[in-house]
Amino acid sequence: MKISREEVMHVAELAHLELTEAEVERLRTQLDDILSYIDKLKELDVSRVEPMAQALEAHSAPETTLRDDIVRTCDVSKAILEQAPHAKAPYFRVPKVIER
Amino acid sequence: MSAVKKWTVFSVRAALDAKTISARELTAEFYSRIEKRNPELNAYLTLSPERAYAQADRVDAMRASGKPLPPLAGVPVAIKDVISTRGIRTTCASRMLEDYVPPFDATAVARLEDAGAVILGKTNCDEFAMGSSNENSAFGPVRNPVALDRVPGGSSGGSAAAVAAQLAVGALGTDTGGSIRQPGALCGVPAMMPTYGRVSRYGLIAFASSLDRIGPFATTVSDIAAFLAVISGRDENDSTSASVPVPGFFAEMQKPVEGMRIGIPAEYFGEGMDPEVRQKVEDGIEVLKKLGCRTVNLSMPHTDYAIATYYIVANAEASSNLARFDGVRYGLRVDGSSLREMYENTRGRGFGTEVKRRIMLGTYALSSGYYDAYYLRAQKVRSLITRDFTEAFKKADVIVTPTSPSPAFRIGERIDDPLAMYLSDIYTVTGDLAGVPAISIPCGVTSDRLPIGLQIFAPAFMEARILQLARAFEGATGDSS
Repeated sequence: MKISREEVMHVAELAHLELTEAEVERLRTQLDDILSYIDKLKELDVSRVEPMAQALEAHSAPETTLRDDIVRTCDVSKAILEQAPHAKAPYFRVPKVIER
Repeated sequence: MSAVKKWTVFSVRAALDAKTISARELTAEFYSRIEKRNPELNAYLTLSPERAYAQADRVDAMRASGKPLPPLAGVPVAIKDVISTRGIRTTCASRMLEDYVPPFDATAVARLEDAGAVILGKTNCDEFAMGSSNENSAFGPVRNPVALDRVPGGSSGGSAAAVAAQLAVGALGTDTGGSIRQPGALCGVPAMMPTYGRVSRYGLIAFASSLDRIGPFATTVSDIAAFLAVISGRDENDSTSASVPVPGFFAEMQKPVEGMRIGIPAEYFGEGMDPEVRQKVEDGIEVLKKLGCRTVNLSMPHTDYAIATYYIVANAEASSNLARFDGVRYGLRVDGSSLREMYENTRGRGFGTEVKRRIMLGTYALSSGYYDAYYLRAQKVRSLITRDFTEAFKKADVIVTPTSPSPAFRIGERIDDPLAMYLSDIYTVTGDLAGVPAISIPCGVTSDRLPIGLQIFAPAFMEARILQLARAFEGATGDSS
């Protein structure tokens, strides 16, 4: 067994996912299958291989450049807050975080 | 399929020039097709007639005043619903974003519209682009227009189905692990994944940032070139978009293919491939030989590790990217007694089964004690897979393979077996990991009339070479009309 029920619940907590009892058991079995399949990566000797995080470097494309840091008007707060499920300008509202 | 007139970028322009139709009339024609056909296909999630007709009227006004028309003037297009559209609901086919309306356009969308294209609406897909069958949409599966009991492929299934059924002349999709090319193959339309960095990702709601790419679906290779020319090029809003010059795809495409070296990697023709797929792809290679290309037998020894690598890399990135859906700034919120409970309730109910599975896998692979064993190891194997391509391209100009090991499967057939579903991307994910461009083009049908796709890879930023070969193939097989 690659992953236990306790581990599934721990990972769900890390990922901030509420799972039902049925989901925990189904996910445990499915993740177990997937992780067993992924174990085939252990067949390869990668001790002298560099990790690859980005495709562009690998193809030595001309260096991507960051844009110039110029101050520009960015008056979007109203449009952004309109999409929030709970807001009171100029803030997003969330359940109480700090206990007095 | 009912016989509807097949429009292309080029026939739209010819009709506008000849004044046999206006952009407004053409837009109306497409909406009437959608009204008839979409209820059974479920290819579109949202229509945007107001924006479409306003754009069509701009095109008609330009034409009336005798101004030169931009390259995609009046061309009706569809946009996958993971790509942001200002003022048009963008759901990612998820309950999480069911009512989300972006305040800005993705760069690719803005460029299409600047070039005169008419945006008809947003297409269905697997939730957050996670899937290979379009069955993971929170708003119901898309049906394959060629065979209604079958999947259109995924995750860009709605875009592929819309173009295949002529409910749009072209469409944007996204490819993270085969999600443009596999549905292109299963629906029988050309579909291209450009080089990583060729098309800006600005406004694409992120799944796996080091892999995600936007690319076009169309009905001909020339149309693919027309769309690609418009959406390509550096964008200062995406620091990973490349400053590599965009070539004139049309001029490049006309060049003869004689003498081109076609790499045939043994690993892409192994077990597990449907015999009819094998036959048609082998027939396709014979066509390329008759066009004067030369085949080179190759080995790409790490191909078999691509799916495992992909599911670690992509899902690790996804678990991080999807952390933003927390019920605070946009989308769904499900209340809870504490902040933490609100997060958990929102994410527990907003995300579907496959998305949760992938977030779990990605979180696990990045978690303390497993990072080196899974994520770091996968990144190293990614280097080896990329090296396979670099080595192959020393011996060959392009690589030709099947796009998918099987034609369109039945809706429901693989839904309970995530691993079997993942394996339908076995020939496509390698290209995502390596960052190279690839196309899928139709290369015949099975005895059940199901489309089969042929895939062509080229080195990074060599899309023109792919288009050149794809166009020659299309010309020789008569798939273009």
